[in-house]
Amino acid sequence: MTMKDTALRPEAPGPKKRSMAITNLANPSRFLALVNPILPWLAAATALTFALGINQAIFVAPDDYQQGATVKIMFLHVPSAWLGMFCWGLMSIAALGTLIWRHPLADVAGKTAAPIGTAFTFLCLVTGSLWGRPMWGTYWVWDARLTSVLILFLLYLGVIALWRTVEDPSRAARAAAILTLVGAINIPIIKFSVDWWNTLHQPASVFRLGGPSIHPAILVPLAVVALAFTLLFLTLHLAAMRNEILRRRVRTLQLMQAQKAGE
Amino acid sequence: MDLGPHAAFIVTAYAAALVVLGGLIAWVAFDYRAQTHKLAELEALGIKRRSSDRPAPASP
Amino acid sequence: MNALAAIFLRDVRLAIRVGGGAWMGVLFFLIVVALVPFAVGPDSGLLQRIGPAILWLGALLASLLTLDQLFADDREDGSLDLILIGRTPLQLAIVAKALAHWLTAGLPLVIAAPLLGIFFNIDLSSMGAVALTLLVGTPALTFLGLIGAALAAALRRGGLLVPVLILPLTIPVLIFGVAATHAALAGPVPFGTPFTILCALSLMSLVVGPVAAAAALKNAD
Repeated sequence: MTMKDTALRPEAPGPKKRSMAITNLANPSRFLALVNPILPWLAAATALTFALGINQAIFVAPDDYQQGATVKIMFLHVPSAWLGMFCWGLMSIAALGTLIWRHPLADVAGKTAAPIGTAFTFLCLVTGSLWGRPMWGTYWVWDARLTSVLILFLLYLGVIALWRTVEDPSRAARAAAILTLVGAINIPIIKFSVDWWNTLHQPASVFRLGGPSIHPAILVPLAVVALAFTLLFLTLHLAAMRNEILRRRVRTLQLMQAQKAGE
Repeated sequence: MDLGPHAAFIVTAYAAALVVLGGLIAWVAFDYRAQTHKLAELEALGIKRRSSDRPAPASP
Repeated sequence: MNALAAIFLRDVRLAIRVGGGAWMGVLFFLIVVALVPFAVGPDSGLLQRIGPAILWLGALLASLLTLDQLFADDREDGSLDLILIGRTPLQLAIVAKALAHWLTAGLPLVIAAPLLGIFFNIDLSSMGAVALTLLVGTPALTFLGLIGAALAAALRRGGLLVPVLILPLTIPVLIFGVAATHAALAGPVPFGTPFTILCALSLMSLVVGPVAAAAALKNAD
């Protein structure tokens, strides 16, 4: 109890503390007690890494001999692609938590991760498209990577659509968890099929960024920006989870208020 | 700093990132304010959860 | 085994009798395929080239759109509850239902496809390839669609939810189905390569589909 009380003090002084600290959902409360002090530090670390990474990406990293300054778009494109995939992995772990342990926190994690992952995947598509226009001469080519990301984006929209169809949160959580896991099994297969389809239709026409051929002068800023994006994702996800827990509390209280009014 | 002939695309890409990520941050921040506000309002009305006085169970 | 046979026969009978949707899928397939020349023009060379792809797309849409009632009707009349509490493993019961659905909705598409191929001047051997790939590929569509149907029944929502959730997952089947057809026509790869991958996709969905659908139905309440 002592840890919880001290952790909550800056957030909820006085009588509010009592009602914040204790709840019928033990784990969400403990989660809040853990997250509330961590979040400001995480946000600060994110801001710091971002400042460092973006500064390096824009001012320090050299231009590519082939692509010129457009290589700067890569510093946004690659990290958002990474997080688009990372987020689905995180949602899959949360889905296991939902289905196997029926953990309420896993429901919250899965629900709040979906829109954030969608946003990063969307950003990946937009930056990829803006990178493609000067490099390929068109905003969109049915390149294997872009196509796979587009499908990932569609899968994210499906999960959000599912969440938005059902009012009861725990039922929606289980349905979305099943869809997430099926997606997790299918994403590698989709990736493989799209690669196959692409090589059949466009034999090596587009520029490819080979993994080990990236020069360290570009790789280091890229790693820093990727770290910044990851930290931003974690901060946003934890904050969104906190919001969702509070939203559910508000809902419970509103139901009680309605019940009281009816008596 | 010279962005070369494709400066517009680079600037647009960074602006898009700013809009998308800024939008996410704004959404999370405003949502937090809205929820804490509602919670405080309801608690001011004297509505508390049933289990307010019971200690939380030890583990799941 | 008896229970499974009973479920299978019951679903087949329901589908082919009045009120069942067995022929609706084929009719929808026919209409979709007939619409395409109006959209792309009557150029027979172009239609011949995209014909197999259109047949595949039509079959994909037809088999998914007939699926969303698969469990919803059973939930309404209470038979789903009997299946859920019965001693038969739920996954196997779902497989029986899916097989019945494929027999009444998927197989007619496979049979109709070569006939519709006439409209696109597809020659005989490639029509055989289209029919063969559809024969192997449509079970994959049915078993993937099962997941959407089960989710829709569990959430008591129908309509466009099933296609929205499931269509992205069917992209590999579409890719390899059409690729195998093209390979049979002219493609640089031998027919066997994409065809065996298509078979693998079908077999995999045969496992994933029923397991996920059973999980969705069990978690409904």
